[in-house]
Amino acid sequence: MTDLEAFRNETRAWLVANCPADMRTPPEDDEDRCWGGRNWTFKNEAQKVWLERMAARGWTVPDWPKEYGGGGLTKDETKILRQEMAALKCRSPLDSFGIWMLGPALLKYGDEEQKKEHLPKIARGEIRWCQGYSEPGAGSDLASLATRAEDKGDHFLVNGQKVWTSYANYADWIFCLVRTDANAKKHEGISFLLFDMASPGVTTRPILLISGKSPFCETFFSDVKVPKENLVGVRNKGWDVAKYLLTHERDMIGGMGLGGVGRPLGQIAADSIGVENGALADPLLRADIADFDVDAWAFQFAMERAGDLAKAKQAHPAFSSFLKYYGTELNKRRHELIMSSLGADGLEWESARSTEGEAPRAWLRTKANSIEGGTSEVQLNIISKRILDLPGA
Amino acid sequence: MALVLTEEQSMLRDSARGFIGDRAPVAHLRNMRDQRDAVGFSRDLWKEFASMGFAGILVPEEHGGSGLGHVEAGVVMEEIGRNLTPSPFLATAALGASALLKAGGARAGELLSKIAAGDLLTALAVDERAKHGPHKIETEAKRSGNGFVLKGAKTFVVDGHVADLLIVVARTSGGPADKDGVTVLLVDPKAKGVSVERTIMVDAHNAARVTFDGAAVDADAVLGEVDNGGKLAAAILDVGRACVASELVGVSEEAFGRTIAYLRDRKQFGKAIGEFQGLQHRASHLYCELEVTRAAVLKALQVLDESADKAAPFVALAKARACVSTNLAVQESVQMHGGIGMTDAVDIGLFMKRARVGIELFGDQRFHGDRIATLRGY
Repeated sequence: MTDLEAFRNETRAWLVANCPADMRTPPEDDEDRCWGGRNWTFKNEAQKVWLERMAARGWTVPDWPKEYGGGGLTKDETKILRQEMAALKCRSPLDSFGIWMLGPALLKYGDEEQKKEHLPKIARGEIRWCQGYSEPGAGSDLASLATRAEDKGDHFLVNGQKVWTSYANYADWIFCLVRTDANAKKHEGISFLLFDMASPGVTTRPILLISGKSPFCETFFSDVKVPKENLVGVRNKGWDVAKYLLTHERDMIGGMGLGGVGRPLGQIAADSIGVENGALADPLLRADIADFDVDAWAFQFAMERAGDLAKAKQAHPAFSSFLKYYGTELNKRRHELIMSSLGADGLEWESARSTEGEAPRAWLRTKANSIEGGTSEVQLNIISKRILDLPGA
Repeated sequence: MALVLTEEQSMLRDSARGFIGDRAPVAHLRNMRDQRDAVGFSRDLWKEFASMGFAGILVPEEHGGSGLGHVEAGVVMEEIGRNLTPSPFLATAALGASALLKAGGARAGELLSKIAAGDLLTALAVDERAKHGPHKIETEAKRSGNGFVLKGAKTFVVDGHVADLLIVVARTSGGPADKDGVTVLLVDPKAKGVSVERTIMVDAHNAARVTFDGAAVDADAVLGEVDNGGKLAAAILDVGRACVASELVGVSEEAFGRTIAYLRDRKQFGKAIGEFQGLQHRASHLYCELEVTRAAVLKALQVLDESADKAAPFVALAKARACVSTNLAVQESVQMHGGIGMTDAVDIGLFMKRARVGIELFGDQRFHGDRIATLRGY
């Protein structure tokens, strides 16, 4: 038996013994996940136990180094862990922007103090992070951001406004893009700051979305003092950190199109519409769903290949734009087809039979997928310029 | 298994790319077409394929082959696709060799050796109507003496007019709607009662209509089991489908590459047309579609190598995806070439023609989408 096969067997045995039964069903929605943080209330004992057990092994962040709270696993071992978790339907023990976005950026650009201070707390789910990127005047043109940080000797003084700050009202800390040089070209005067959301001068206001929910906030900074040591990377070179982090954000959002999330579309449709002679009673919808299944299933292999290309050092650095674009467009298509499958039943927002309008709310939520983290159009611009090398792109 | 080519497979790709690109570029197809070549491919070139180890790529080394797998066959097919090379590789090296390998039997070893040497050409005769229909076999093989007598007609038989041996899927029991009751038979195309009409296809590649009117074969013509040939035929077809999917990847990648080059070169309104965002976004979208297909096709080839009995849904996925993305690739390519894309002088239209044939061959996206839907229970 190879070392990897042994690792697979041990991992499976450990997961079977340690993953509570309640953590072996898919989460119903974002709110049913474990996000951690100073003010986190566990949904149940199983969620708490599962996080503690996984964090103790460093398996909330299996591929991070052990000294920063990670599992120190190789890429192959990490892949095996994820495969075994998927096979046993184990939930992710901890979902957080710290894991998906800030962590990778800190590992690359953070200094030793910053890594030691922040990474273990992310790994254990002690601090919940939010992302201060977009502003009212800086959406797709993110680098035109205007939130400014003035140098006041031992600290920066931050003033401005962010928008679409996911879960800012629940977050403990923020990683934030600020302008530190107003006279430089727009990409060259930006810095990457970390600060505590409990700092005086920080306020948040949830935004009511078309889904009727408020996953995003407006976040305001009024004379917020940020210690100098909270600058990540080089001053005025924050755009490099920002871009690197965005590639991880895109991978995360692109992954939302992954099949296996929720019930298969064909089954949802079959339950709603019925089956005649072994085929969905609506042949044209069946054809649409089959087209979707072909694309979605193939995209799973494209994501698998992206990981393997990265491992083989053959991946194009802008490949994440492809994953983000394609995955989010697929997810929108999936929810359009769910709505078509459910018909009038899927329109009930408040009723005895609907689960608090779950289907229409989820459908509306997906419309943000191709906007957040860089719109589909921005991803296509990036592919044109960086992968296809088209003139003037 | 990682979804990337291994080092050895990459080396094979490089050597196939160099060899096929050098010996049989698109001009080679043009030449065959314009000369109305009676064979439809170069027999000399096929001998070279044999000496490169390509003709026997799937044939075990004990029979003089290269003993490689489906990923490697796909690698060669992709280069054939890039160059639109007319070649017996699909009908003989992929389908013919697979039929003999999967069925075994007394004659298999000898025939496989001939395939590897480039001395035997085969053609698979399955379809009988306009659309692919492996479950609608009407061609009848009636028991007679110790053998069978065939009656019926086959269409879209690739290399049918030059094959030394036809591999025929025929009905030996039951009715046309039955899945079972078919048998795979080896038939000599020169036998009495067999007539072959070469059909010049839109892409200038080979195909034929084959009619059986009382052609007699012996019992030893049977590949596999009598009445139970459906599974064998499906397994052979799945190799063919995965190989055609690989060819389509090559067709679409080359058409895409040529189109990107054209977007950089062609100037209108005082600038390269590739500067227009309307075209940039379409090109970038196409890039994404091709990447998704490439992953699905490589996956299918790997599963064929690792666990062939589980390959059917993966192959259906690969062929469905290849049909969709290749169709988009060739249409966008011709459109973005503008007026010059409509001319015979420029190659891009040839890619569209080959794509059209590859899409129909062994089931289009609807055929395979239906397979996936059925498999998933809806």
